[in-house]
Amino acid sequence: MEDVAIRIVDLQKSFGEQKVLDGINLEVETGKITVIIGKSGGGKSVLLKNVIGLIKPDSGEIWIDGVETSNLAERDMNSIRMKFGMLFQEAALFDSMDLFDNVAFPLREHTKMSEKEIERAVEERLKQVGLSGFSEKMPSELSGGMRKRVGLARALVLDPEIILFDEPTSALDPIISLTILDLIKQTQTYFRKTYLVISHDILGMFRIADKVAMLYDGKIIEFGTPHDIKRSSNEATKEFLKATKIPGFAGGDL
Amino acid sequence: MYSKKPIHLNPFSRITEALKELGSIGAMFLETIHQTFRKPFKLNYILKQMEFIGVNSSVIVIITGVFTGMVLALQSYHGFRKFGGEGLVGATVALSMTRELGPVLTALMVTGRAGSSMAAELGTMRVTEQIDALTVMALNPIKYLVVPRVVAAFIMLPVLTIIADFVGIIGGYIVGVKLLGINEGAFINKIIKHLDLEDINNGLIKAACFGIIFSLISCYKGFYTSGGAEGVGKSTTEAVVFSSVSILISDYVLTSLMF
Repeated sequence: MEDVAIRIVDLQKSFGEQKVLDGINLEVETGKITVIIGKSGGGKSVLLKNVIGLIKPDSGEIWIDGVETSNLAERDMNSIRMKFGMLFQEAALFDSMDLFDNVAFPLREHTKMSEKEIERAVEERLKQVGLSGFSEKMPSELSGGMRKRVGLARALVLDPEIILFDEPTSALDPIISLTILDLIKQTQTYFRKTYLVISHDILGMFRIADKVAMLYDGKIIEFGTPHDIKRSSNEATKEFLKATKIPGFAGGDL
Repeated sequence: MYSKKPIHLNPFSRITEALKELGSIGAMFLETIHQTFRKPFKLNYILKQMEFIGVNSSVIVIITGVFTGMVLALQSYHGFRKFGGEGLVGATVALSMTRELGPVLTALMVTGRAGSSMAAELGTMRVTEQIDALTVMALNPIKYLVVPRVVAAFIMLPVLTIIADFVGIIGGYIVGVKLLGINEGAFINKIIKHLDLEDINNGLIKAACFGIIFSLISCYKGFYTSGGAEGVGKSTTEAVVFSSVSILISDYVLTSLMF
């Protein structure tokens, strides 16, 4: 794998009259956590869906591990998708299956592992996300934070090269958010895979990001380390940071 | 006062929308056929749907069949009695059930029960990104979600129809022979004389077609749901309404081709 896992060149996408992505240029480094920050409804999810091929761009290029994927046929795109794992916003667990079957599902469909090997792999993943012993629970019996942890276990189970995160901390309380962020950081430190995260939770993301990209008005207006972003002179970035400050409280002093 | 604004009415926009939708359903049907015959075959998914569509619908289909047969016997008895043709009640019930009411009523009942649930389940999977999750895992959602339902409906609707035909004739027998006192021999002989195997077969072919129609429309409506919980509700309603109407229209077309 080269140094850049995902390279996005001049990506454009409109829905009707509304221009959502207006020339995105971004390089996601291999083995790092890159976070795309932007306001809700600003096109972050659309960008992520373009990367994984759920939406086709109007124009521009998406290079994944040296392959241009924006015009690939579904069958070729599927071989690219095998490099990916994804944690969805609401985890998107299959609610007809229990936790074990959810995590085992990619293994059963894509590998020839025996049930015994699958059992071992699933238990190990569930243990990594702190949910061993829960494997017979159904997704509807879990809290939002637990569902996300199972979603992470499922995303990691095939050892993908790149893992995408869609708003990993949204709709979670601050403490659960923190455990999810720690889990993201821990697994990344352990496996050294490429993580691409989209979020509007700027403070949380500074805890885990190696690189931060600011998405504003359909463009990436800033790209750098969390340190660079904190010192940014860009008005839009400053406004975003200012909105998260609560004077006198932790996190208020950036 | 009338508004001075010009009224823009485009009678064609609704027609083009409907045609577009018909085209998308056709495309989904082709993809479903393609995926049905492509390895790996998901037999356990199909069996699970066969249980849901077939086994779990049997009670409602039996109740519908029995009472339809009973009321047919009652109605036709009063008509035939006027010219002494009570003996034809059995044949009337048998022909009506096998050719028409068995397949159509079964399809409508199963649409209400299983079609609505297919649309709601797939719709929920769409809005909670479970269908996207399958795609991201490099798996074809049509193969995992639509093929099992359409294949199961195609197989189970004829089976349910046979049950409905049978219990309908039994219901007619109970009312005609046991309650209204029609001669048992005449009742059964007329059935044997007038009912051909072709009548039953054509009814079953219709049932298989209805199975494809309702399951495909219900899956389509669920699969392309948008707009959260409200969207799921809308898809479910549309699935049942469109399926039922399509069953009745295609029933006429199939009947005119067959008999």
